[in-house]
Amino acid sequence: MKKISLSIVIVSIVALAACGGGGTEKKETKKKEKTEEKAEKEVPQSIKEGKGVGAIDHVKLTEELDESMIQVGESIYDMKCASCHKLSDQRVVGPGFAGITNKRKPEWIMNMITNTDAMLEEDPAAQKLLEECLTRMPNQNVSVGDARQILEFFRKNDMETVGSKDGAIES
Amino acid sequence: MKTKFITPIAAISVSLFAMSCGQQASTEKVVTGNAAEKAYVAPGEHDEFYAFMSGGYSGQITAYGLPSGRLLKEIPVFSMYPENGYGYSEETKPMFNTSYGHVPWDDSHHIELSQTDGEFDGRWLFVNGNNTPRIARVDLSTFETVEILEIPDVAGLHCAPFITENSEYLVSGTRFSVPIPQKDVPIETYKENFSGLINYVSVDPEHGHMELAFQIEMPGFNYDLARNGKGKSHGWSFLTTYNSEQAHSLLEVNASQKDKDLMAIINWKKAEEYLAEGKFTERETSYYHNLMDEETGIVSSKEMKKTKILNPADCPDMVYFIPVPKSPHGCDVDPTGEYIVGNGKLSADMSVYSYTKIMKAIEEKNFDGEIDGIPVINYEAGLHGILEKPGLGPLHTEFDGRGNAYTTFFISSEVVKWDVETKEILDRQPTFYSPGHLVIPGGETKKPDGKYLVAMNKITKDRYLPTGPELAHSAQLFDISGEKMELILDFPTKGEPHYAQAISADKVKPNAVKFYDIAQNKHPYATLGERKSRVEREGNEVHVYMTAIRSHLAPDNIEGVKVGDKVYFHLTNLEQDWDVPHGFAVQGATNAELLVMPGQTRTLLWEPNRVGVFAFYCTDFCSALHQEMSGYVRVSPKDSDVELKWGLNEALRNNQEAANKFYEKQKQEREGLASSNK
Repeated sequence: MKKISLSIVIVSIVALAACGGGGTEKKETKKKEKTEEKAEKEVPQSIKEGKGVGAIDHVKLTEELDESMIQVGESIYDMKCASCHKLSDQRVVGPGFAGITNKRKPEWIMNMITNTDAMLEEDPAAQKLLEECLTRMPNQNVSVGDARQILEFFRKNDMETVGSKDGAIES
Repeated sequence: MKTKFITPIAAISVSLFAMSCGQQASTEKVVTGNAAEKAYVAPGEHDEFYAFMSGGYSGQITAYGLPSGRLLKEIPVFSMYPENGYGYSEETKPMFNTSYGHVPWDDSHHIELSQTDGEFDGRWLFVNGNNTPRIARVDLSTFETVEILEIPDVAGLHCAPFITENSEYLVSGTRFSVPIPQKDVPIETYKENFSGLINYVSVDPEHGHMELAFQIEMPGFNYDLARNGKGKSHGWSFLTTYNSEQAHSLLEVNASQKDKDLMAIINWKKAEEYLAEGKFTERETSYYHNLMDEETGIVSSKEMKKTKILNPADCPDMVYFIPVPKSPHGCDVDPTGEYIVGNGKLSADMSVYSYTKIMKAIEEKNFDGEIDGIPVINYEAGLHGILEKPGLGPLHTEFDGRGNAYTTFFISSEVVKWDVETKEILDRQPTFYSPGHLVIPGGETKKPDGKYLVAMNKITKDRYLPTGPELAHSAQLFDISGEKMELILDFPTKGEPHYAQAISADKVKPNAVKFYDIAQNKHPYATLGERKSRVEREGNEVHVYMTAIRSHLAPDNIEGVKVGDKVYFHLTNLEQDWDVPHGFAVQGATNAELLVMPGQTRTLLWEPNRVGVFAFYCTDFCSALHQEMSGYVRVSPKDSDVELKWGLNEALRNNQEAANKFYEKQKQEREGLASSNK
């Protein structure tokens, strides 16, 4: 299946990125290059499109919600996310999740979950949230596959909390 | 040389006197221009080797980087470690169980890295506990002590835990002979009543688990150090002994009477055959085996009650002796497996044995009598040759893989390089002062990385800024890649690094665990998500299911605890990123703190003995809001009716309602996960 092979590629990219964190020396030079380049560097197309930066450039959704994905998604949310994000619109450490799929595109959501450090460094929307919350979102090592299930759970939560979902896709 | 006529004690005092004055000048002479450059590892760069040093009386192990001499980590092994809660947390307390009860300290001496085909494979590290005889295993993917096995009926397990070329066995021998089984006898009946055991502990090739396979009952000597054969000599063990006089008082003099002591030579493949044939006696005894479960991180402890004993008198061709110069210390096998170096501490010469000649002497029965049924091989028949007057007090030898041996000399305070084949002395360099063991990366294996040598010194004196009467032991790093050894770095160490092994970083680094996968956490008191955090009471036990993530603990307000309760804080670190441990400390705890790695659960017992409201907090600076990561627990009088409540950023929840919700939810999830896993 197409979807599976895509996610395998993505997973391996994420794994590579994780390995790269080993040497502080590497990190430092990376950072340096980035700040030097920033002036002339073009804003990536994906950021302009509101998809953020990362391995996920297109997510295909079906109108109908997938119950088994929701269950797994919720259990991962519980384990890795719930400490800082509530399901209502109440902000605690991080913003509440109610209505998130109406505000952010699915690609942005999954990139934020799986490519957290890069998003916080490059994506203006993510940076704005960091300025508001003042706690850097930790990398919780969520796989792309797991992020997709969390997204499904968010869609269900949006239906329950605000009565609509996926509103960000059209905008 | 005149030394021949001086008694060893006089020689020691002469050299101590010599070293206490005027060694500074010779340091200047031995350090050359570009020494700093050779030991320099730029900021952010990694060292080429890991060196694992035992801590001696600290009971621990320290990991250093070579050539920089950077201290990377202290790994707690045989001593409780309040810094991270090792031995204090409920999970790790059983690691200290022995047949003598909970023993919170030991004296760690010899490091042995696991081997595959005669080379270090970077999987595990083994180290002995001297005082309460034990062997520990450290997992080199986590740098954590995961197993400790007690060795029964021995005393002072100094001669341990020497590994065979495929990690089949860890070989050890008793330092002190004792009555076996222990009994109440006059000490002066040593010769009739005391004997010594040589122990073979098998290592499971997949998980590294240790098991006492068999013990060999030997004459009542002191067994000191050992090495196993490799390549052609694989299947044999060589152990040095001292006190073949069988003295039991003033050993300093009385165990140094004879011109030679003995080296024990053991055919362990033969021993395996006898074992399979059932030629052993089973003895009732008691020893403990403590093992950490990989999925829960909890140590379980089991008392073992039987041991298998092989007696050399009933098992011909299994054990031999060969004379070795006076009071030997090291007994080292070269990379080819052909030469065995006997370091006679009190002898002016060193004997180098040939495996081929020893085998020939055995075949031709070239024996000079026997001791307790064990044939004594003729000294000259097994000898490759003698290294004449290399220095005073040879202790330990390692090899560079280029045909050279390097030996430490305690009394004359130097390292000597010599050619194993020709027995020619090639170089000598002073050390500061009085080295015990030395280490070359891979120096005891078939393929040494003969680039550096570290001498671990017993006496420091004026090497560093003074720190009162007690000084850190000094270590000196030599570059041995050239013809002459070159001193390039001097660094202080922790405890008394007795022996070390060093390994190429490439063999360890790729396996390093960065965090524990929280989805694999099977700890029975784990809280896998903040919504599951809660407090439960069972009689006077209170269990706090607490989570930690940057930057809060949940729950952070707890009420309903009473004086006299046993409160168990089960802290799960929900982080899934590298280098984000959280700590936990609570006022009034009489044990220690907890340091919990990402994805891990650890438990601290707290027994409040006074009424009040007490603070707890994260001890590991984790984020900008670390200082805010804290909470309160209210302690009421014993007979109080304050209800058990807890919460985080909300009104305190009442036990019943939340607990019900939690159980219902958990049940649903289990079913959900089970079906999605199919």
